[in-house]
Amino acid sequence: MKVEIHEDKCVGAGQCAALAPGVFDQRDDDGVVIVLDENPRQDLHDNTRRAAAACPALAIVLHD
Amino acid sequence: MADTDVLVVGASAAGLGVVESLRRGGYAGRITVLGAEVHVPYDRPPLSKQVLSGQWEPEQAHLRPQDLLDALDAEFILGEPATALDVGTRTVSTATRTLTADQIVIATGSTARPLPGQPELTGLHTFRTLDDALALRADLLAARRLVVVGEGVLGCEIAATATGLGLEVTMTGPQQLPMGLQLGTFVGGLLGRLHQEAGVRLRLGEGVSGFTEVGGKVSGVSLVGGDTLPADVVVVAVGARPATDWLADSGLELSDGVVCDEFCRAAPGIYAVGDVARWSHAGLGRSLRLENRTNAVEQSAAVAEAILGAPVRYAPVPYFWTDQLGAKIQVHGSISAEAQATVVDGDVEDRRFVVRYQVGDDVTAVLGWNMPKQSRLRRQEITTSALTEGATVA
Repeated sequence: MKVEIHEDKCVGAGQCAALAPGVFDQRDDDGVVIVLDENPRQDLHDNTRRAAAACPALAIVLHD
Repeated sequence: MADTDVLVVGASAAGLGVVESLRRGGYAGRITVLGAEVHVPYDRPPLSKQVLSGQWEPEQAHLRPQDLLDALDAEFILGEPATALDVGTRTVSTATRTLTADQIVIATGSTARPLPGQPELTGLHTFRTLDDALALRADLLAARRLVVVGEGVLGCEIAATATGLGLEVTMTGPQQLPMGLQLGTFVGGLLGRLHQEAGVRLRLGEGVSGFTEVGGKVSGVSLVGGDTLPADVVVVAVGARPATDWLADSGLELSDGVVCDEFCRAAPGIYAVGDVARWSHAGLGRSLRLENRTNAVEQSAAVAEAILGAPVRYAPVPYFWTDQLGAKIQVHGSISAEAQATVVDGDVEDRRFVVRYQVGDDVTAVLGWNMPKQSRLRRQEITTSALTEGATVA
């Protein structure tokens, strides 16, 4: 799995960092998403998919 | 045999979320989505911001590109509003067909609420759909003065966007402060200051008694106190009501939404999700209905779990955000009028801060103003048992 993000779309809701904290974080200054792990391990895939689905700005794209 | 296995009535964020969660969970049955609007599923939060401002083309509000919709292997029937539901046979009717299903998900959302007795006038708008946003934008581009009736989230965002487009904007509504019901007096006061600095004229704390017109075109908003606010365009943003008219004869219990149990079930094989659902919140011990984007997705996952045979009690901490005039405001929990506000991070003068709300010893809400990460990290401080319903509408 490869994680791609669109910073320009991100609204800083933080749903991704809450659901998959090992994969996503937020910038301290404006809350925009940071990818901590572009190629998450198999056991993180479920939470990463949930995070992508929960993003209210559709800023996360996953490539399987 | 039924026409389909799962029928989702409503093609917006919540409805699409159910379909995606089902497929993600390995569901292989037939799925049909019935949408009232002709558009493919689109997102609503950008309508009052990027779409109204013209920063985005309408297509950029689509929730998924066509190839991802196709990959869901669901049948989308669009532009056909549901007109009735028969609970016993799980049959949904439209003007031209009937559809039976083993499981039905009600995701019809809400509709903009007009003012009582609101007339049909050129230049007088409500705001809910993509078409509403484009119609208002077209009118704003040819106008000088906008009056926004409604001081809630939507009214504030429209006022902010229209000011950015160069219009003279006046916002009116019965509360004393913009988003006063949702934010309380402390942050509502700061938001009012922000709007005034941007040039929005506030005429708050006074009800609207009617509209003035010239030849069928709106020319102003009349206030209860006797003043008239002149306008070229008026938008009424005084809230929404759940879209349940089509369910009036269904036998489902309706009470400001479709009444559901803790698992979002309205009847055997029938679920409700999103703005239209009033479900029993296990943490609160009473029912709740949330009109916000984050709930639409979280609740859709819960409904999908139930359909997949592993129901979970849906008991989230309410969360909404708004972006206006350079302020990104995020609210976890609900801010009640009696809650005490304390700044716990950042500084109000810097316009970056986090506020914690307490009622007695219970933390009922956390609000971030341009501090999204920091406010999210304090979400866990909220005492779930103390969540108050208040006005958690976004």
